[in-house]
Amino acid sequence: MLEVRNLRRAFGGVTAIDDVSFTIDRGQIVAIIGPNGAGKSTLFNLITGHLRSDAGTVRFRDRDVTGMAPHRLCALGMGRSFQRTNIFPRLTVFDNVQYALIAHRGRGRDVWSHADALFRDEAEGLLRDVKLLDKAAMVAGTLSHGNQKQLELGIALAGSPQLLLLDEPTAGMSAAETRDSMALLGRIAAERDLTLLFTEHDMNVVFSTAQRIVVLHQGRVIAEGAPEAIRSDVDVRRVYLGERR
Amino acid sequence: MSAINTTRTWSRRIPWALVIWLVVLSVPWMGSRFYTFLATEIVILALFAVSLNLLLGYTGLVSFGHAAYFGIGAYTCAILMKTHGVPFPIAFAAAGAMAAAFAVVFGFFCVRSTRIYFAMLTLAFAQIVWAVCFKWNSVTGGEQGLSNVPYPDLGWMASLPLLGDMRTADHYFVLVMVLAGICFLVLRRVVASPFGRMLTAIRENPERAEFVGLNVRGYQLAAFAIAGTFAGFAGALFGIFNRGVFPDFAYWSKSAEVLIMTILGGMGSFWGPAVGAAALALLSHQITTVTQYWPLVLGVVLIVLLFAFPGGIAGALGSVRTRLRRHRRA
Repeated sequence: MLEVRNLRRAFGGVTAIDDVSFTIDRGQIVAIIGPNGAGKSTLFNLITGHLRSDAGTVRFRDRDVTGMAPHRLCALGMGRSFQRTNIFPRLTVFDNVQYALIAHRGRGRDVWSHADALFRDEAEGLLRDVKLLDKAAMVAGTLSHGNQKQLELGIALAGSPQLLLLDEPTAGMSAAETRDSMALLGRIAAERDLTLLFTEHDMNVVFSTAQRIVVLHQGRVIAEGAPEAIRSDVDVRRVYLGERR
Repeated sequence: MSAINTTRTWSRRIPWALVIWLVVLSVPWMGSRFYTFLATEIVILALFAVSLNLLLGYTGLVSFGHAAYFGIGAYTCAILMKTHGVPFPIAFAAAGAMAAAFAVVFGFFCVRSTRIYFAMLTLAFAQIVWAVCFKWNSVTGGEQGLSNVPYPDLGWMASLPLLGDMRTADHYFVLVMVLAGICFLVLRRVVASPFGRMLTAIRENPERAEFVGLNVRGYQLAAFAIAGTFAGFAGALFGIFNRGVFPDFAYWSKSAEVLIMTILGGMGSFWGPAVGAAALALLSHQITTVTQYWPLVLGVVLIVLLFAFPGGIAGALGSVRTRLRRHRRA
């Protein structure tokens, strides 16, 4: 589904991503973990075309998409959410999802139809899926943080993505919100046969959700494997727990 | 409660835009040359301001050079009609096409930069247009501009009922009302279309818009071209109304004027800029008869408005209406 090969990116003299390679198969749930500044967000931005790589390739669904513009990646079936919640805060919850549907279904170039009537049922269906139907008329920016994250998921799902990249999906959530939203995410991923790639600080979330884990440290992949293997990996323990070799 | 609801839906069902259009259309029958003159000017400037608002209010792009397309439209129409004797319908269409073409070319570069750089680039292109109009004597008449732009041939209107014994200026006003009316209808339709909604999404959050699959620059360029086209139509109408076209039409002060109209009227609503155009034209005509310090008065009005009613006149009226409604309900 996604194949990253020898990806590299430097900012000035600092190499943020250094020779990173990994692959994700269809339907997998993969977490990228690593301490602050390990390069997780940079890696995301390289994959999604927000940043240009200095070297290396990204292949998505057997196609070279290195440096491809975000809107084109999106059309190919890649969805993403952002670390800092990224919605349309002054539009209503319903409009957020409806506009995303209009954009994804390629109706955005239509200058003559009435937009209000488009994709109403689908928008309601999506809001039901992310449990926001009762808040459809609210202005999105007034929702609670957890609800905004749900809405962002709804916006991403509007594109019927095959691969969903989630940058810290539970950042800033309470324990209860985190549990609920990961359960929601897992259910939706299973229902829609989604491949998930996410970054996360909360190790409970990572080890309970991910099927595979990629550990990033100072821009390099230092370990990769199933949760049990990662848990006992020496390098990972050293990075996270400060243990000596 | 139910009574209020019925009055509300009832008042909503009235096509207010059509009512106001009919009222404005009746101005020539009031018999005053001056009112017809003023109404023609206001309607054309309203179209100019509403076209700018497609960028400013709907797409979130601050153009400081919208007069360029107004000027291009005015010159195109005037040169074709005066120098080449082309009939008005063709000259008018050509004005829009020419403005659109220039908007596409200039816009291509402008949408590549953001915020203040976008504003400065639009200004720079507009100043180039102004300089060309100012210097290209053989075609544009240079500093002197082109005077005596002919009226379109509107003799046929005299055979229509009610329009029989009208002056040419009145006939021209009717033509302006019809053409501007069509332009308003089209623009209204565009902003309510899926395309218009995507512009709003881009205004609200360009980064997110990109990742719901929108080619943000492409949409911005399309909006720029549409806004330029309608500014070109407004310019074409204005050149004939003014009986002449001058380099001023593309000067930065003209761009500032339309920006002020749009903000004064309220860029949060479709008709806000039209209200702003009317307010500015009426104020300037009233106040210049009393004092020569019109810019001073304008400055004060703007400051008060921006601090007290950041939504412009239309925004202020809107909030008064909601407050009244709440009051009645309580």
